[in-house]
Amino acid sequence: MNPFRRSPFVITATVLVYFFLYAPIVGLILYSFNASRANVTFEGFIPSFSERVVMDGSLVKSSPCGLFHWYCDLAKNDDVIEAAGNTLTIAFTATIIATVIGTMAAISLQRYDFKIKPFSQLSLYIPIVIPEIVMGIGALTLFSQFFGWVNDAFNLSGDARLSLGMTTVTVSHIAFMVPFVTLVVQARLQGFDKSYEEAAMDLGANEWTTFRRVTFPMILPGVLSGALLAFTLSLDDFVITFFTNGPGSTTLPIYVYGLLRRIITPQVNALSTVWILIVFTAVLLLQVIQSREQKQH
Amino acid sequence: MTSEFAVEMRDVVKRFITPEGSEMAAVDHVTMQIKNGEFFSMLGSSGCGKTTSLRMIAGFEWPTEGEVFIEGKPMGHTPPFQRKVNTVFQSYALFQHMSVFQNVAFGLEMEGAAKDEIEKRVKRALEMVQLTGMERRRPKQLSGGQQQRVALARALVKTPDVLLLDEPLGALDLKLRKEMQLELKALQQQLGITFIYVTHDQEEALTMSDRIAVMSKGKVQQMGTPVEIYERPSNKFVADFIGESNFIEGKIKSLSGNEACVFVPSLNAELIGMPISDGLVKGEEVTVCIRPEKIHIAEKNAVNQNMFRATVTNTVYIGVDTKVFVDAHGAKLKVWEQNRISRLDPKSFYTVGQEIWLMLMPENTLVLKKD
Amino acid sequence: MLQRLRENKSTQGTLLALPTTVWLFILLIIPLFLTLVISFGKRSPDGNVIYTFTLNNYIRLSGYTTDCPDGQATCFDPLYLQILGRSLSLAFNTTALVIIMAYPLAYFIARAHPKQRNMFLFMVLIPLWTNFVIRVYAWMMLLRKEGAINIIIGWIANFLHIPFQPFEMLYTPGAVLVGMVYEFLPFMILPIFTSLEKIDTSLYEAAADLGANSIKTFLRVTLPLSMPGVVAGTILVFIPVMGTFIVSDILGGRQVILVGNLIQRQFLDARDPTFGSAASLILMIMTLIVTYFYTRKFGFGEEIVAA
Repeated sequence: MNPFRRSPFVITATVLVYFFLYAPIVGLILYSFNASRANVTFEGFIPSFSERVVMDGSLVKSSPCGLFHWYCDLAKNDDVIEAAGNTLTIAFTATIIATVIGTMAAISLQRYDFKIKPFSQLSLYIPIVIPEIVMGIGALTLFSQFFGWVNDAFNLSGDARLSLGMTTVTVSHIAFMVPFVTLVVQARLQGFDKSYEEAAMDLGANEWTTFRRVTFPMILPGVLSGALLAFTLSLDDFVITFFTNGPGSTTLPIYVYGLLRRIITPQVNALSTVWILIVFTAVLLLQVIQSREQKQH
Repeated sequence: MTSEFAVEMRDVVKRFITPEGSEMAAVDHVTMQIKNGEFFSMLGSSGCGKTTSLRMIAGFEWPTEGEVFIEGKPMGHTPPFQRKVNTVFQSYALFQHMSVFQNVAFGLEMEGAAKDEIEKRVKRALEMVQLTGMERRRPKQLSGGQQQRVALARALVKTPDVLLLDEPLGALDLKLRKEMQLELKALQQQLGITFIYVTHDQEEALTMSDRIAVMSKGKVQQMGTPVEIYERPSNKFVADFIGESNFIEGKIKSLSGNEACVFVPSLNAELIGMPISDGLVKGEEVTVCIRPEKIHIAEKNAVNQNMFRATVTNTVYIGVDTKVFVDAHGAKLKVWEQNRISRLDPKSFYTVGQEIWLMLMPENTLVLKKD
Repeated sequence: MLQRLRENKSTQGTLLALPTTVWLFILLIIPLFLTLVISFGKRSPDGNVIYTFTLNNYIRLSGYTTDCPDGQATCFDPLYLQILGRSLSLAFNTTALVIIMAYPLAYFIARAHPKQRNMFLFMVLIPLWTNFVIRVYAWMMLLRKEGAINIIIGWIANFLHIPFQPFEMLYTPGAVLVGMVYEFLPFMILPIFTSLEKIDTSLYEAAADLGANSIKTFLRVTLPLSMPGVVAGTILVFIPVMGTFIVSDILGGRQVILVGNLIQRQFLDARDPTFGSAASLILMIMTLIVTYFYTRKFGFGEEIVAA
């Protein structure tokens, strides 16, 4: 049909790159069913069912969960459960705040002129052009210097002393997420015809009603994709969290990193597999919802 | 020139798979012969197959069936870059990352022309479209009309045998479009190149073309000179699509030679001496077709033949003409009266409710087979 | 009050942008300033900062040290310069490899049927959604002496009756390069795809119409028009590679030390935030210089946002 055919070179390269992208993940999932506790070589799948876990050296001979031995093991791991809870709490809180203030900033930067506008716009590009580690140690320095000063100045002791934890992680996450939300929403607003709002005002809606009934529903897809991006950035973040977390605020990436530097059992693979599955399902669901919405319009 | 025809489409069919999965013929058994040096237009509304036909001549699409010939040679699956035709795109398709000069020079570079040769020819091409001095600008810095000229120069600098133009004036405003129409026509006559011009604008086609193919639903409805198309439409579609027409349903009552007597039930009258085309027989249902400007209005029944009473239902003054809408025994007709004398008095115009007589001259009517 | 706010557009704009601006000011700009101040400071014996003005940290980074083994006043140790050089060359190599791998794939997706395009894109994103740390771990498992790659090569060698010694791949610079490429490949595919998809097909047709075959069309039309995507992708890949320390930490072991590792250790192991701050400022300046010259040559890709 099309006179321009795809070259065999492009197709070969495409297949190879997809293979490169997926081979590690497939391997990772496969090893989550490994019978070897040391998880160095693949010693076969965990075989039969039985009442209790039977070990032979570092080999799992049988398990009540069978193939899914390491997944059961994972479910019993309190550290993992806590880390998962922390990760989600941070991601949800940070996403909500970043989306609200980021959207406000996007509207302001797209629609208004004011003195500090160039400064506001410029500051959005900082997280893009500066390595994450620089932001991470910057935040760490800020918190440690500030907390040190407060603790000394008010003579705080014990639990009252300010220290790194959930709050510092969340606050830092918001800082690197906001620019992404703002830029995404701003891009959406660029294609937004002002006459819709003028029509609403012409028909008697005041500014707030116009925003609520006309502007917001129209930029909602942009806001949602900004929020989704922010949420995944938060879930995925390692560097910022690494420098700003404290006791009791370990997230999953930090937890996994800790494991990698010590002993690795197939539990890590099981955790990774569950993670991949959850994210995959969530995104797939979102895609389905989005494409349905598109069909309705 | 190796062939009488610059381009020939022989029984060409182009089928596409629709998004729903069914097959659709965008071009359906089209045969056209375009003579050397001709300004040929394909005219039709969107989806009629005119652009697909043009793209098959250019080589962007290949026919499902049939064959396209350029200068008498079958094109088969010859890619666009090996055909001696060039296209002016509807969107202009100017390369935004290149200057005006680079855009026009691109095609010559592809031929491997020498540098000074390229410079000379680009300069001449830009002179031809009156863009001298704009060489270093980017397409984005030009107005719509100027961009259009760059696209034209870019195609013409290759000295193609045939220039294909896909609605090239569509994005311009009315005044500029009219200027460009005349300019394009003059350019074509000056260069003597065959132009194949795709448009949906009938006035544009009538103004510029030597011959027009009126297309609809993938088929050629009629091919001919602008006069032939307007004065002798070969079917109801063409009569309706080009200009405006009144259609009156009737039945052939009797035949004598090339003339027929048609009974029109809605007027309860007989039309005598109607010229007919071949193949019509007595008793056949027909459509009598007459252009609104070719109906005469009379104050009273003077001739008594092919005349009938009507009531004015509305009039619209549009300067050149006054459009008079009438009701004749239930048949709604439109009549254009040219304003030949200058007047202001409302009473000198036809008024709503006024009774008038309409006269159809047989030589101004067409009797067509009913669809 | 409300009426006055309604009339003053400038105040409205300021108020709307204020939370974000203040947040970014406190958490991005003040910390950068603090880092600058501390980099001129001195480390106290218990690992705290003594605010003063000394260039010692920068002198130490440039290789000169007063802590000499054989009693000299100053001596030269290229360790830190080597680390900086290694980070830069790794970032360049990673970016180049990523462009080479991402371009054909992005081209394929952009030219695919619109219906399949989303699916192909989705397939690029799935690996991205697995966690950064997990992705490094996956490569650790593949590259190990007993890992999948050695096993597969072993099978092939066995089949061909060639004696086989498993390769030492983990904890080598190559492992770090592969890991980096894997981590950041999607960030190059997306912007290149976006810029390729934007190219109107009539431009390809125009090029063909004017006599260009597919190779010439690619070189003269497709490639120049997709440069904004390549530029955006480069920024999205080069900068993070410069600062990442997990990939080298896990896949490079103690063998491959990058600026990121240096900074991290100064803050968490060596407890010398002043030296860490100096190193981190140098890192930032290096990336900014490279980005500046690169974008000045090719323009700042707006595809960054699209990705």
